Amino acid sequence: MTRYLPPAILVVLALLPLVLKDPYLLNALITGGIFTIGAISLNLLLGYTGQLSLGHIAFFGIGAYASALTTLGFDIGIFGDFRIVHEGWHPFAGFIVAILLSGACGYVVGRLSFRVRGAYFVIVTICFAEVVRLVALNWVELTQGPLALTAIPQMKIGFPGLGEITLRTKAQNYYLMLAVAALAYVVVARLVSSRFGRAMRGLKENEQLAISVGVNATRTLTVAAAISAAIAGAAGSIYAHYFRIIDPDVFLFTYTVTMVIMVVSGGKGALAGPVIGGLIFGTLPVALRPYMAPEAQWIVYGAVLIAILFLMPRGIAPYLDDWFASRRRAPARAPVAQPQLEGQP
Amino acid sequence: MDQFLQHLVNAMVLGGAYALLGIGLTLIFGIMNVVNFTHGALYTFGAYAMFIASTALGLNFFVALPFSIVAGLALGAAIELTLLRPLRGADIDTTMLVMIGAGIILQSGTLWIFGGVAKAIPSPFPDAPLTLGSVSISWLRLFVLVAAAALIALAYAMINGTRLGRAMRATFQDSDAAALMGVNVRFIYTATFALGSSLAAAAGALLGPVYVVFPQMGDLAAVKAFAIVILGGLGSITGAALGGFILALAEEFGAGYVSSGYRDAMGFLIIIAVLLAKPTGLFARAERVG
Repeated sequence: MTRYLPPAILVVLALLPLVLKDPYLLNALITGGIFTIGAISLNLLLGYTGQLSLGHIAFFGIGAYASALTTLGFDIGIFGDFRIVHEGWHPFAGFIVAILLSGACGYVVGRLSFRVRGAYFVIVTICFAEVVRLVALNWVELTQGPLALTAIPQMKIGFPGLGEITLRTKAQNYYLMLAVAALAYVVVARLVSSRFGRAMRGLKENEQLAISVGVNATRTLTVAAAISAAIAGAAGSIYAHYFRIIDPDVFLFTYTVTMVIMVVSGGKGALAGPVIGGLIFGTLPVALRPYMAPEAQWIVYGAVLIAILFLMPRGIAPYLDDWFASRRRAPARAPVAQPQLEGQP
Repeated sequence: MDQFLQHLVNAMVLGGAYALLGIGLTLIFGIMNVVNFTHGALYTFGAYAMFIASTALGLNFFVALPFSIVAGLALGAAIELTLLRPLRGADIDTTMLVMIGAGIILQSGTLWIFGGVAKAIPSPFPDAPLTLGSVSISWLRLFVLVAAAALIALAYAMINGTRLGRAMRATFQDSDAAALMGVNVRFIYTATFALGSSLAAAAGALLGPVYVVFPQMGDLAAVKAFAIVILGGLGSITGAALGGFILALAEEFGAGYVSSGYRDAMGFLIIIAVLLAKPTGLFARAERVG
């Protein structure tokens, strides 16, 4: 039953734009979906290696800026007269560059910060995100600083033999988001069920023991960080080409918190966790909007985060799992009950 | 040289407030093993308490300051009793996330109540600065420096000279042994969190009149507090006090001689550098590092 659930949910989500014509709702779904991709990538680190990275938005933002700048082109001076001039490329190339650059940054940051654990690791990751935000704010020649990068071209996707389409409508962007989300889900699912995934979970359960049986801790964590960052970069790229404007505020801590809330509420270390959390917290702003101001919504988010940690520390997904498991056991008891039923008439 | 002295004086003023922030955070981490993500919100709270006390309540500046500190103390105690006490024994990630949730509620609450427009706290000091040779310092900043130094000294005396302080230090070293010796560890936790919170509120109440007060002011303050604490070594009070001044010096001279845009990046670069080179911090005892 649970095996068929992810494809079934994917089909339902894919059919959604056919029913939902309201652009506001569609926009909310796309935004929520983009952050869900971020949450899926964060879950790889937080859920499977147990490392709480609170600078995850940095990779999302690096992806967004990389993709936008690759597409728009730039002209910057480095030392004196030496200039780097880049003509704009195809948006899809931007998407690829975003993934590669974010992944590389994830690798470097992981390489450096996995020398420390626990509270130290958390603080290093926050600092990294803040430094990147300050660079985006101050390197005006490259990023336009607080003036924001504007008029980012829409994403274009070419299909062999079918030509190229520019993603102009919300529905098209919705499908792009959904495709990348599904791909991210599959990548994470394949990864965690592999030998590499077992190494990650071993490190989470007992690092000393895992190392003693031959798991290369730093290498495993670093690769996980790189893959996680690459997926976040892909989400950032979609964000940049969908909204067509990015400013240094994409690096704000609150976005990391959004992703963390999605993972923790849905269930960290469960594949479905970030998806469930993403669906809840992606649609919650839409549901709450008629009733309260954005500040009040954030108060609700904070309260929900605390409530979940108090009441369901494992998140929603494990509870659903238990529920499905209890349903599976139920038919086994049915034959025992049958003879009594036959005797009834 | 003149410029150098001026930067030094500015750094001392900033450093005093930073040290207060850092000491509060390091106390809470050292004794309770809680990474306090409400620290920035408590700093903001202190500044807004100062704002309300000196405008709406019409209190004298010098009465409003202790009022704000006591308000921070009360809020800290309330947070500890409602959120942290039930989670005793939970892993550090859980308490960290709960504190993030509480921080969001406090910050959004402030934004909701007061709006996003920055507010100014009236200062009773003359506008003309005090000039000594080539260095000038406003009377308000001078007061901030003196008050911060006094509060640091007070916190020090409390921790090192009183019965409560001794119980805190005992809990810091070994909470189980302290409990066996008759220390009421639950009360120590509440007292520690309340004290740490009041120091954060004090920093906000002192820097609020120097700059302006706005709901997001705590974000950067919180990260700077982390920088200070890491610099000094998690759990080291002397380290946090020195770390506050070191960060202020780095920021002030970085802004003065390198680039003012990257002023706030100094703290983060310091954290990254310290953690890579000497993860235990500059002044920490090795056994505290997990």
